[in-house]
Amino acid sequence: MSQETIEQTQTIQDDSLAAGMEVRNLSAYYGDFQAVKDITMPIERGKVTALIGPSGCGKSTFIRCLNRLHELTRGARVSGQAFLEDQDIYASNVDPVQVRRVIGMVFQKPNPFPMMSIYDNVIAGIKLNNARKSRGELDQIVEHSLRGAALWDEVKDKLDHSGASLSGGQQQRLCIARTIAVEPEVILMDEPCSALDPIATFKIEELIAELKERYTIALVTHNMQQAARVSDFTAFLLSGEERYGRLVEYGPTQQIFTNPQDEQTEAYITGKFG
Amino acid sequence: MQSGNETAAQLATPKASPGVSRHAILLQGDSRYRFRKAFSGIMAAAVAACTVFGVTILWIILGYVLVRGLPALDLAFFTERPMPYGEVGGGVAPAILGSLYLIAVACVIGLPLAVLAAIYLSEYSHGRFGDAVRFVIDLLAGLPSIVVGVFVWTLIVINTGSFSGLAGAVALAIIMIPIVARTVEAILNLVPNSMREASLALGVPMWKTILRVVLPAAKSGIITGVVLAMARAGGETAPLLMTTLGNSFFNFDLMQPMAALPVQIYNYAVAPYADWHTKAWGSALVLIALIGALSLLTRWAVRGQKLGES
Repeated sequence: MSQETIEQTQTIQDDSLAAGMEVRNLSAYYGDFQAVKDITMPIERGKVTALIGPSGCGKSTFIRCLNRLHELTRGARVSGQAFLEDQDIYASNVDPVQVRRVIGMVFQKPNPFPMMSIYDNVIAGIKLNNARKSRGELDQIVEHSLRGAALWDEVKDKLDHSGASLSGGQQQRLCIARTIAVEPEVILMDEPCSALDPIATFKIEELIAELKERYTIALVTHNMQQAARVSDFTAFLLSGEERYGRLVEYGPTQQIFTNPQDEQTEAYITGKFG
Repeated sequence: MQSGNETAAQLATPKASPGVSRHAILLQGDSRYRFRKAFSGIMAAAVAACTVFGVTILWIILGYVLVRGLPALDLAFFTERPMPYGEVGGGVAPAILGSLYLIAVACVIGLPLAVLAAIYLSEYSHGRFGDAVRFVIDLLAGLPSIVVGVFVWTLIVINTGSFSGLAGAVALAIIMIPIVARTVEAILNLVPNSMREASLALGVPMWKTILRVVLPAAKSGIITGVVLAMARAGGETAPLLMTTLGNSFFNFDLMQPMAALPVQIYNYAVAPYADWHTKAWGSALVLIALIGALSLLTRWAVRGQKLGES
């Protein structure tokens, strides 16, 4: 293989790697109410970034801004910028639908499509977007995605069962399989384990550790131990008397949990409030 | 003994007697309990009585129509056209077919409008315009059907110069639209937002999310709403008298007067002949059976489904 070909392969591989994000001065509103103010932080490529903070601090609102889902809520709007590599996803020429194909999302409550089988749930994103794929290709995508979500062994014999027939933890992994089936570059997770028992939570955490090899992950969590266990970077959000959420501190998880720079962060992670 | 137990014991003031445990007394009902239980029993009986009363009226109507209508039913009743008074036989076949035909055309005209309006109201309308539309639809739903008849008479019958099946179908469509629009809107609102978001987060456009995720999830509810509206339209008489007029002959030309069961019942009922009265009862029975069959059919079609399943 010539040097040139190797370089080309390298570039293509680089392209296929996950993309990082860079949020600049992002504010989110519900009507007149400002829920999130002026957040500037990176979401490092190929890493897990945890967003922690007490209830109502705007972390879910913030994460929903990162794939332009927030603006679909009645009266909601966003200002500021969020870059996917070098492209601002809030630029006027960007199609929000396209943004959501590249930046996938897993929700708090597992939400598989109840009227679809497990198989159809996995390929829902492909089917609903009318991508032309042969049965063989679809089979491959389903197996690959379910393996990727560590669910294949549990469901391979009942792919035609309803997605709603699975347990909560399995449903959540099905939702993760559905998300990775459309091959996003970033996966946003909004408290993916808060409706799950400890064993199912553990499985999802293991899965997150595997997924970050190929995807950039932003994870909202209530659970500080979870943030400490799975994330590489942590952002602490807080809404004080101002009522809007703001970023108090961002840094490597290790540092946030062992040597926080802000005393509010320290108070929160040591359990003094929240 | 802990103080908590003592407090509870003091509240209920049970006197422990030999052989009976303190808790057995503690958990026994006092006079308030007996009153509450009796009151609950009385209310349950009252609710049951009201149900029985309401349903009984329906059964009496149904039974009476059966008794009076059954003698009119024979093969000719379902296959022949009405005969002038004095001639033996004859039936209401044109009216049966006319009613079905009118409802079908009304559905073709009204359902797309109503369902699309419901989708707009549930998925897209934000703010005042949506509220205004909802208000107008509610007004329309409360409109006396004779007013709809007069309106369509002015609009179509006068302008085309003839009573016609088309005018009747338009009148029925106007009656169906608000019913369907409001029920379907309510059903769409019941589809959990998490399902819309699941689809949107996969990069599926809004319109396709509505078409492929929201509407299928609401399918059984939508069908129920449509059937209710069809049943209502099938029984309407006043607007049809002013629009399709009725017809003693088979007619499938939408621009000509057309027979319909409610009109046929009316015509038979106001005539002074006992034979025609029997035929009116028979026609009423057929109409009830048609609507009953329609709703049974849809129940069967969407059997065992709850919202969000298919």
